[in-house]
Amino acid sequence: MKGSVAVVGGGIAGIQAALDIADSGFKTYLIESRPSIGGVMSQLDKTFPTNDCAMCILSPKLVETARHPNIELLSYSDVKSISGKAGDFKVKVIKKVRYVDETKCTGCGSCTEKCPSKVPDEYNAGMSKRKSIYIPFAQAIPRVATIDAAHCLYLTKGKCGVCKKVCGPKAVDYEQKDKEIELNVGSVVLATGFKPFDPSELKQFRFEHPDVITALQFERLLSASGPTQGHVTKQSDGKVPKKLAFIQCVGSRNLRINRKHCSSVCCMYATKESIIAKEHDPELDITIFNIDIRAFGKNFEEFYNRAQREYGIKYNNSRPPEVIVDANNALSLKYEDFNTGDLKTQNFDMVVLSIGLDPADSTRTLAQSSGIALDDFGNIATSIENPVETSVAGIYVCGVAQGPKDIPDTVAQASAAASKAAALLSGERGTMIKERKFPDEKVLSPEPRIGVFVCHCGINIGSVVNVPNVVEYAKSLPGVAHAQEMLYACSSDSQVTIKDAIAKNNLNRVVVASCTPRTHEPLFQNTCREAGLNPYLFELANIREHCSWVHMKEKEKATEKAKGIVQMAVAKSALFQPLYKQKVPLINKAIVLGGGVAGMTAALDIANNGYGVTLIEKEKELGGKLREMTELYDGKNPSDVLKELISRVNQNKNIKVINEAKLTKVEGFLGNFKGAVAVKGKEIPLDFGAAVIATGARNFEPVGLFSYGKDSHVVTQAQLEKMLGKGISTNNITMIQCVGARNKDREYCGRTCCIDAVKNATRIKKANSSANVYVLYRDMRTYGVMEKLYENARDLGIIFIKYEAENPPKVQGGSVVVHDSMLNEDIELASDLVVLSTPLVAGENEEINQLFKIPLDKNKFFLEAHPKLRPVDFATDGVFLCGSAQAPKLIDEAISQASAAASRACTILSREFIETEGAISVVNEGRCIGCGTCVAVCPYNAPSLYDVTVKVEEVTYTTKKSKINPAACKGCGSCAAACPAGAITAQHFSSKEIGEAIDAFDKGVRSISIGKGVVEVTV
Amino acid sequence: MSAEAVAATKTDGWEPKIVAFCCNWCSYGGADSAGMGRFQQPASARIIRVMCSGRIDPLHVFNAFLEGADAVLVTGCHIGDCHYVNGNDKTKIKYKYLENVAHELGIEKERLQLNWISASEGEKFANFIRDVTEQIKKLGPSPLKPEGVA
Ligand code: FES
Repeated sequence: MKGSVAVVGGGIAGIQAALDIADSGFKTYLIESRPSIGGVMSQLDKTFPTNDCAMCILSPKLVETARHPNIELLSYSDVKSISGKAGDFKVKVIKKVRYVDETKCTGCGSCTEKCPSKVPDEYNAGMSKRKSIYIPFAQAIPRVATIDAAHCLYLTKGKCGVCKKVCGPKAVDYEQKDKEIELNVGSVVLATGFKPFDPSELKQFRFEHPDVITALQFERLLSASGPTQGHVTKQSDGKVPKKLAFIQCVGSRNLRINRKHCSSVCCMYATKESIIAKEHDPELDITIFNIDIRAFGKNFEEFYNRAQREYGIKYNNSRPPEVIVDANNALSLKYEDFNTGDLKTQNFDMVVLSIGLDPADSTRTLAQSSGIALDDFGNIATSIENPVETSVAGIYVCGVAQGPKDIPDTVAQASAAASKAAALLSGERGTMIKERKFPDEKVLSPEPRIGVFVCHCGINIGSVVNVPNVVEYAKSLPGVAHAQEMLYACSSDSQVTIKDAIAKNNLNRVVVASCTPRTHEPLFQNTCREAGLNPYLFELANIREHCSWVHMKEKEKATEKAKGIVQMAVAKSALFQPLYKQKVPLINKAIVLGGGVAGMTAALDIANNGYGVTLIEKEKELGGKLREMTELYDGKNPSDVLKELISRVNQNKNIKVINEAKLTKVEGFLGNFKGAVAVKGKEIPLDFGAAVIATGARNFEPVGLFSYGKDSHVVTQAQLEKMLGKGISTNNITMIQCVGARNKDREYCGRTCCIDAVKNATRIKKANSSANVYVLYRDMRTYGVMEKLYENARDLGIIFIKYEAENPPKVQGGSVVVHDSMLNEDIELASDLVVLSTPLVAGENEEINQLFKIPLDKNKFFLEAHPKLRPVDFATDGVFLCGSAQAPKLIDEAISQASAAASRACTILSREFIETEGAISVVNEGRCIGCGTCVAVCPYNAPSLYDVTVKVEEVTYTTKKSKINPAACKGCGSCAAACPAGAITAQHFSSKEIGEAIDAFDKGVRSISIGKGVVEVTV
Repeated sequence: MSAEAVAATKTDGWEPKIVAFCCNWCSYGGADSAGMGRFQQPASARIIRVMCSGRIDPLHVFNAFLEGADAVLVTGCHIGDCHYVNGNDKTKIKYKYLENVAHELGIEKERLQLNWISASEGEKFANFIRDVTEQIKKLGPSPLKPEGVA
């Protein structure tokens, strides 16, 4: 067994898997074939359904990945083959030639500026040009240049060579060659993603027309970092379009070209892009042509409704229309309107093709060469019970490589794969990682001795800002003991120079004036640590992004501003004090609330990772909703699955099950929770380090709807499911979808109901082919590979009839009357059995929400920390979420999420101690008036009030004081800003430090002295 | 001199001083993106980085005015995007209060502005700085500016 894992693919799936595995104590190789990690998500403008900026949430993950001591990033590298067996795999990797030495390149971009050769930019989906030597996008990781050998003038024709000439650090190397390396790892995670469908093979969409573009191209048009800075214009004439159409299902749900799957995400991304486009230009007229709108995820239906209600986006129900180009090159769409059955034509200025997600070719080749089975669609094959396990033991899969899915499902699966890989290798945890050692911190002299290093950044700063001038100015500032210029402050030789300067001049504060702290602060902080300085004695002055790059034509003003910025940084840094992350011990045990499939899976995964778990179930027996099921979507018997799961739980030595129990008390925080469980009238204490909430959901009882409860022939889908366990003899069955869902009371979509209905309709029809089975639906939401079930059901002769929400079917005696809008007439369906498909609704979540102070959403399901990138986390650290307690979901999705929650919990349980943030807030007890404002303001429950007895002269009284739990504080500083008594200091961002920076705005600080921890400032 | 002429001399070649509070995760990133996209802007602003807009204390804002700022900008993540769950919601509340006090003190509304800027909205950031600079140039120096400060 090897304590290392190879993650193949550096999109959001691979990134999340790598971070989780690395955080759990394993050496992780992240292999990405493109020059930068980030995948398709890096190209997105916003993400549905919250319209969060994609790059804003992704970029911190990219940086975290690059910085992680346990992750080795192999970018621009392809995996050639995987051989061996679980615990001991050999992964052959080709490191493709970049012609740039990654260790020398500083990413300054001078080469790209000077390169004369222009190539279509794949980051902007071919709609703009990049250079032959390029950094794919501003936030690229690693931030190093790559030469596109196919277009480079030097490499193709032997001419040019400009990049090599202008490269300051001499990183360009035309002699570089591909390198083959072999990794020996214990486990492999495949996160190879997808390939956007290429619409040129479908001639009817006329993709050759410049104003017919893909949704990915449209996404780039909407993006502020895109080819038009976010202005939507036509590619043909640069004019603003007035009328725009989206065509859904391009390359999905299409038997003719062997794309049987639904791509799961297109309905929502089309809706999102439409909303953003409308926000840019409210006059724009948008129609989305769709077969069904599949808004099945959490808050999707609400998003879809808002698109119509607030933004006036039109949804037209039709088969994918044909694009017509007339003699003047104008566009129109020809389609059959499903609502009227008429053939119609409409003119549009611009047509966006909602292209599907195709399995990547590289996935197929790799799977085939490594003996990994694929499913019917070309995705990596898995099963319902083991949604991240491939056919080869020890190789796991996550993200779209396993089947089409959106970002949160991808992220959850990535964590799930991480959990499995870590469990497999749990005996080897920590064996292949090394901790970075730093020298002891040196004793600080009382006076500030500040070193200022001003960077030229090649010509990026130096060509605008007069760097020597800034250095001279810095020397004149109080407290500055040393100032010098540097060509590239971030290059490795500069780190040596900085360390030498610290030692020689006995510096105790360091200011580097260069670029943004968002990317470079950790680098310089480490340099300080290597020189024996506390990392919090460092400050970056951003004179590139905030100065030289934005005042390129005003060199004098830029120089003055750079001086000002340096002065502010110097003034602030003089007040800096060393700060330390505290190490808090933790309890390496977890609890799981809820003993359904999700809860049991989470418990097993945590246990298999080597940690103790207490599984708390309120019922007599384990099993939850799965007990009520009589068949799985793949035809398996749920009771077999359940039996096996329960026996694994019962046999696991690390798991303790408490039935008929309820959590009654929780105190404490991440790593150190103290709780109590009530079991049969007794209360037992229970301490734990992390908790997983897997309490599931309930079936909605449609009392009063469609004669339910009055007429015994009307049952719910859940009841039918039970009945089908024994078989039914009825001949005429009508199912009604969306009962109690997608309406005013319950806006959300039940997600699983369409699939359940199709499954049960198929079961009936298969048992009795003469049965008449009707499904009355609003949109069939058999997303992803489940589309196959829907297709099979239609082939079997099950009849699907669409109804409108305003005109629902009526149940009367032995029949159901539905208005068929296509025929524009009411049809009466003889029905011996009417089945109502109802959604899952939230269980009694309020109690748990109170105990842990974790939030609920408006439907009373639990609210995750972030809908996209933290689907199983809570904002409160140490508490995780999975299964239908978060929102309704399918069994395999619940299992993935459960493993994900386990993985997230293990990233905590695997630690020896909890490390707090360094720059946290602290309370000055003397000033605290115990008002509790901080307690109310903090989103992390870090401050709390405690009773103290105060003695003032003769009087003794009790009062309340606040204390901030360093393990829970994230250092946002909200409490410090809110404290009416000024009793809270947000360290490193204290009012004094901020005030000093403000004071230094273009005027000098005269003297600063530090004596006995007290800072005197004279202005 | 006419009022216009006074205004003209006041603003002749005069650069306002603008203090912009930016949160680390969004608006500071927006300022970075402005740089990466080379969106040019007047050299009038100085950025004070805080981890979250929720850290901005009304006192910091008045401190900036009293130290001679001609305008103070409070910026952060878009509502819903705060890295610390809801820091910017609190900023919104505090800002309401700030606006009132600024009004009482006779500070024109252009001198105190709130804006949500994401890390990718570089152009928005640059435009914001340009617009505010223009507005303040028209207004002239802040009435709260202490004696002797340019
Ligand atoms: S982090 Fe930007 S406003 Fe809170």
